[in-house]
Amino acid sequence: MPFAWFVALRYLLTDKAQSGLALAAVAVGVSVIVFLSALIGGLQTSLIDKTLGSQPHITLRLPREAPRPLVMPTPTAASARKIQSTSQRLRSIDQWPAVMASAERVPGVTALSPTVLGAGFAVRGNAREPILVRGVDPERFLAILDVRRKLVAGRFDIATGDVVIGVSLADNLGVGVGDRLHVTTSEGIDDTVTINGLFRVGNEGVDRTWVLTSLRHAQALYALPGGANAIELKVSDIFAAEDVARELHDRTGLEAASWMKLNAELLSGLSAQSSSKTLIEFFVTLAVALGIASVLIVSVVQKSREIGILRAVGTPARRVLQVFLIQGGLLGLAGAILGSGLGAVFSTLFERLAVDEGGVPRFPIRLGLPLFAGATAVAVLVGLLAAVLPAIRAARLDPATAIRHV
Amino acid sequence: MSEPALVLFEGVGKVYGQDEAKTRALSDIDLTIAKGELVALTGPSGSGKSTLLNLLGLLDRPTAGRILLNGIDTTKMNDAALTDLRAKMLGFVFQFHHLLPAFNAIENVMLPDWGHTGRPSADVRARAEELLRQVGLGQRLDRLTNKLSGGEQQRVAIARALVNRPPLVLADEPTGNLDTESSNAVFALLRQFNRDRGTTFLVVTHDERIAAACDRVIEMVDGRLTKDARRSGA
Repeated sequence: MPFAWFVALRYLLTDKAQSGLALAAVAVGVSVIVFLSALIGGLQTSLIDKTLGSQPHITLRLPREAPRPLVMPTPTAASARKIQSTSQRLRSIDQWPAVMASAERVPGVTALSPTVLGAGFAVRGNAREPILVRGVDPERFLAILDVRRKLVAGRFDIATGDVVIGVSLADNLGVGVGDRLHVTTSEGIDDTVTINGLFRVGNEGVDRTWVLTSLRHAQALYALPGGANAIELKVSDIFAAEDVARELHDRTGLEAASWMKLNAELLSGLSAQSSSKTLIEFFVTLAVALGIASVLIVSVVQKSREIGILRAVGTPARRVLQVFLIQGGLLGLAGAILGSGLGAVFSTLFERLAVDEGGVPRFPIRLGLPLFAGATAVAVLVGLLAAVLPAIRAARLDPATAIRHV
Repeated sequence: MSEPALVLFEGVGKVYGQDEAKTRALSDIDLTIAKGELVALTGPSGSGKSTLLNLLGLLDRPTAGRILLNGIDTTKMNDAALTDLRAKMLGFVFQFHHLLPAFNAIENVMLPDWGHTGRPSADVRARAEELLRQVGLGQRLDRLTNKLSGGEQQRVAIARALVNRPPLVLADEPTGNLDTESSNAVFALLRQFNRDRGTTFLVVTHDERIAAACDRVIEMVDGRLTKDARRSGA
């Protein structure tokens, strides 16, 4: 075994109390980092999954209609006027298949779905509930929001003009699969539809209002023959959605709303959470580094004479430096392995114990190889950095002084 | 051309501190030691023996004069070169043996080569085993050194000093901490290696018996050489 490794290992194994202390410091630090990252990572993933489980990454719509003044001021004549905002009509995107083809070529876009979106009411007996009708092409829509996986009853069949509705809406109206429902749209068109399935996406706003039907059926309900008033998209990198939306707006001239823009508060909350996590991790890492450094400094002081002897009998200063750097790195590595194990156990226990009435974890955690690998890499690096000062101190010891005075 | 002296001090001086705190430890030392000598260095405490030993051991640098080892001027060498030369030319035996307690006897003996080259060598291990057998510790190779008696520890230290086959071994009070029997045994070993291998020894000692048994006695007082006598027949 190379000399520096041999001496480093021997010192670590002989000074059990000191090594144990440093190891415990690293292990506790790493376990806190692993636990915190698993918890916050899991929480963020779950929040984003929930948010994106009920909305497309980007929606393209026509820009809002702006009022056009009837009287225009001229350079020579002033005119008093009052501009009233225009009521928004349901309009189809002009030549939407061509717009889709153009949008499909934007890098990052992975799926598109033409949609007719409109408001209305669902009526059943005395119950009358406001609804949001979404007319979609089933295959294309499911590629963006896989409602089929969220079905709690029936099947996802909207091909013949039948509907699939949210489970809360069904509860409010007192209907189930196979029942018929009367629908009145904002365009004043009435129809009676059969409920083929119920879904629960976990977002009350969606579960209480959405009525999914075929594109053709919705075109009829909103008097938009062959039209689509929105195009919904999915992108490969959810955090690049805003960039892709800007590009889509530039290419199509349509209003492109990304999920990031619509959930700015959520994102700012997640970002604040990430910042506080980083801050906590930084101070934990600092404490770990100070722990390793102080144990190694004490070790250098205690072993001054031995270091002096090693130097006197011909060991170069750089090898003495290596001995202490290796000790720092090994403490970091061993502490990281121990800490990763501890962190994984804490996180899993926490997930299992903190559950709601249905046994679903309140705090879903996300553990994985990248987290352990990252924590280990940080711990080894911190171990090495923490050892730099003690190692330099050891390497600079004057052998004659060390042997004589210590 | 004649072989250079193993050790040559030319006008060597050593001053510690600066200005008013200046202490002159050695003044104008001229000294030659030939290969194969067993030299005793005596003198009262504070006479400069340890300073001379540190300078000769390349653990410290003189403030005046120059020191040549085997004809090589060491005065202007950098630290790395001095470390290299120390590993190749010098062996050390300290008064308190200064073994590493976390290592066993054979590991301690292997240290000078292992620490210098960075890798263990089978050849050095064999040499270390042979040396430990020669100093009577063949049965204690794997024993931690803090489990050995004082005399045994000093014998391990002697084996360690000799493992790299250095031409010069510096021994600082090697028997200072031992009872008479152990002292005799340790000195007998030094003499044996001096005779059998031709290793040169410079032994700092307060023990007049030990000094008298050496080939040559150098005495120091107040940082100067005051006596340099060879034993008749040496």
